Amino acid sequence: MTRRVVITGAGTINALGVDVLATNAAMKEGRCGIGPLDIRDVDRLAIQIGGQVRGYDEQAHFNRQQIALYDRFTQFTLLAARQAMAQSGLTFTGELADQSGVILGTSGGGLNTQDENYRAVYEKGKNRVHPFIVPKLMNNAAVSQVSIEWNLRGPSFTVATACASSNHAMGQAFNMVRSGMATVMITGGSESMLCFGGIKAWEGLRVMSKDACRPFSATRNGMVQGEGAGVFVFEEFEHAKARGAEILCEVAGFAMSSDASDIVMPSKQGAARAIAGALKDAKINKEMIGYINAHGTGTAANDKTECAAVADVFGAHADKLMISSTKSMHGHLIGGTGAVELLACIMALRDGVIAPTIGYEEPDPECALDVVPNEARDAQVDVVLSNAFAFGGLNAVIALRKI
Amino acid sequence: MNTQDKVIAILAEQAILEPSDVSLDNSLDDLGIDSMALVETIFSIEEAFDITVPFNANEPSDSAFDVSTVASIVAAVDKLIAEQV
Repeated sequence: MTRRVVITGAGTINALGVDVLATNAAMKEGRCGIGPLDIRDVDRLAIQIGGQVRGYDEQAHFNRQQIALYDRFTQFTLLAARQAMAQSGLTFTGELADQSGVILGTSGGGLNTQDENYRAVYEKGKNRVHPFIVPKLMNNAAVSQVSIEWNLRGPSFTVATACASSNHAMGQAFNMVRSGMATVMITGGSESMLCFGGIKAWEGLRVMSKDACRPFSATRNGMVQGEGAGVFVFEEFEHAKARGAEILCEVAGFAMSSDASDIVMPSKQGAARAIAGALKDAKINKEMIGYINAHGTGTAANDKTECAAVADVFGAHADKLMISSTKSMHGHLIGGTGAVELLACIMALRDGVIAPTIGYEEPDPECALDVVPNEARDAQVDVVLSNAFAFGGLNAVIALRKI
Repeated sequence: MNTQDKVIAILAEQAILEPSDVSLDNSLDDLGIDSMALVETIFSIEEAFDITVPFNANEPSDSAFDVSTVASIVAAVDKLIAEQV
């Protein structure tokens, strides 16, 4: 018998809020978390906006020893994990600890730490850096710190597939619990790339917007980066039921594909195979899908390709479902984006509110779907999808179901 | 080398052609320069002339920098150089 997997805890910190409630409230209001970047040397950047976590004081959450080891992406992860753990009510000892692990997505890992320390040795000519730079910047730092803090001793690793990292991580966590390899998996992802080097590299591709992220709008002119984390507790259904846990929703299916075509240009076929694959894995008819949280980056290429893929997979039903991109509000969290976007999916299932695509100004005939423009909408949906299509052509789609 | 010769040299290198095979009325399509090669071309132009080119790959035709032909690129570069002084 196939085991079922449910979500029993969620946590986040991102440009829209410092927890799930605040983030959901912002999504319901259609509030924009994107604004002027407050980072070092911003005057030398062509792109000066982002979905930054504002007013963040690391010393309010961590002591000096911890800060020496925790890059901003690890800090965000731990803050989100605290919330998710508290909600789940789980503690990990004995056999459960051995059967539970952590799989998180990130693309840049400790990029702020790299940026600061390259600056120290190259720009300032220093010949010495802090002894903990490597354990602070490594991509698996966040996974390991979560494992250490909550005594999670089972399968744990980091997934880095650019913009699909979190979805790939959550898909892996889902399959581990479903297959019996684990009882509980802490999963999701985080990113903190809003530093001089992080933005400068992205500028080079010429796909960033200087003013706003307007997915699906004919007036869209590129993506805007964000930062933050989303962390979830994926738990085997019977285990959650037996302990009377509050179940947020079921993880119904997951699929991934590779375009095997171009390193940056997305492929309709690759995206469509991942979407159709998730439906098949979840054993659900396409007509049951009420909402899709789009990858919706706001670039010319992604949005039209994604809409074409959705139209291909869903046929006539594509005009009946809702599809929105919450990146318009929190920005593109790159390796953490799928995790924060899963919150919009859970909100749709639990609260019956579909997060909007804000900044929508003008229809684009190549994105002629119901993109829930500018205002959140009340709607009852039972099954939802979350899309992620990464640079490198790596696609990951996750399906959630009301329970 | 004047602006035109330099721009043609950059485009020829991207297109894997001899500079003599690039004419002023060629479009990027004519030269087989795709969107990624265009982004690299813009970068090479910025480096060669020490200018900043206002170019967004999401809206190449709307950008202030006209990339419709070799001649238009040369004119746009000359304009940016003049504005910079």
